[in-house]
Amino acid sequence: MRGTHDLGGQPAGPVETVPHEATFWEKQIDAIHGLLGDSKRRITVRDENRLYIESLGDDVYNTLAYYERWTAAICRQLVDKGILTQDEIDAKIADLRARGVGADDPDETACKP
Amino acid sequence: MSGTHPHDHDHDHDHGHDHGQDQAHPGQAKDEKVHGYYQLLGLALKELLIEKGVITAAEVRAAIEARDAITPSLGGKVVVRAWTDAAYKTRLLADAHSAILELGIDMGPTELIVAENTPAVHNVIVCTLCSCYPRNLLGLPPSWYKDRDYRSRVVREPRAVLKEFGTELPSDIDVRVHDSTADLRYLVLPMRPSGTEGMSEAQLADIVTRDCMIGVTLPKAP
Repeated sequence: MRGTHDLGGQPAGPVETVPHEATFWEKQIDAIHGLLGDSKRRITVRDENRLYIESLGDDVYNTLAYYERWTAAICRQLVDKGILTQDEIDAKIADLRARGVGADDPDETACKP
Repeated sequence: MSGTHPHDHDHDHDHGHDHGQDQAHPGQAKDEKVHGYYQLLGLALKELLIEKGVITAAEVRAAIEARDAITPSLGGKVVVRAWTDAAYKTRLLADAHSAILELGIDMGPTELIVAENTPAVHNVIVCTLCSCYPRNLLGLPPSWYKDRDYRSRVVREPRAVLKEFGTELPSDIDVRVHDSTADLRYLVLPMRPSGTEGMSEAQLADIVTRDCMIGVTLPKAP
């Protein structure tokens, strides 16, 4: 069976040939991902990260932007590996919203176990 | 791990909806919509990891700076060297990993193959499964490289995709598409255009763009 991520040869539209520059948020996610897998920490493994992304499910994979998929995958790994708990993450999100960050953005569930 | 998830949105999730911050990035490609919630989640993870001492804010900043320091000019240095030094080009095509190390660029454990464009063969790179890219030579991949449209189509109809980049190749040139993996990356060595014979290495470096090292465009003499 073809995986969601296995896009080669699938029908698709015209390529948006003018790229957008990576945003600071995207760079932060990229940096955190790199740090979690570096030789100092070795918390995540590159191939494992891909497996988590590929396991998000068709709906999530096809809906989220690239670094959103990374974020969801990193979140799941940190919880699965016992680095963070879901309660801590929920509390931190509530804390950020109380500080006015993302207050208008409802929860999405892709990263929850 | 579980691949299942409750995804019970009560709205059409085809990106007609507005999460507010979507509008903040008018240049964003369609596969790069920002959902406010994931930005929030990313910030939450960062703060928690810092609070727990897993990472530090200084490490995050240093990692971003290190990534920003890698630009396509590094790949350009390799191409210009190959254009101006036949022995180097031979070494580069035989063992790219060692040849770029001569210029101080380390691929680490990842393999690298340099695919040479010739009058008979044009090369293009892609990662159909994700976003594997010669980051150590070109920096972060452009957004379209990670998008569905490029990844899906360039292996099936490369000439049509190249045309969208403004590149039309003669019909008698073979087009070879190289699908990258986590362990093996490719770089295209473009042909040195005619009319560049008297140019200095610095001038040559200016015409070697990221896109021609991916293979979607050709370098042009100024």
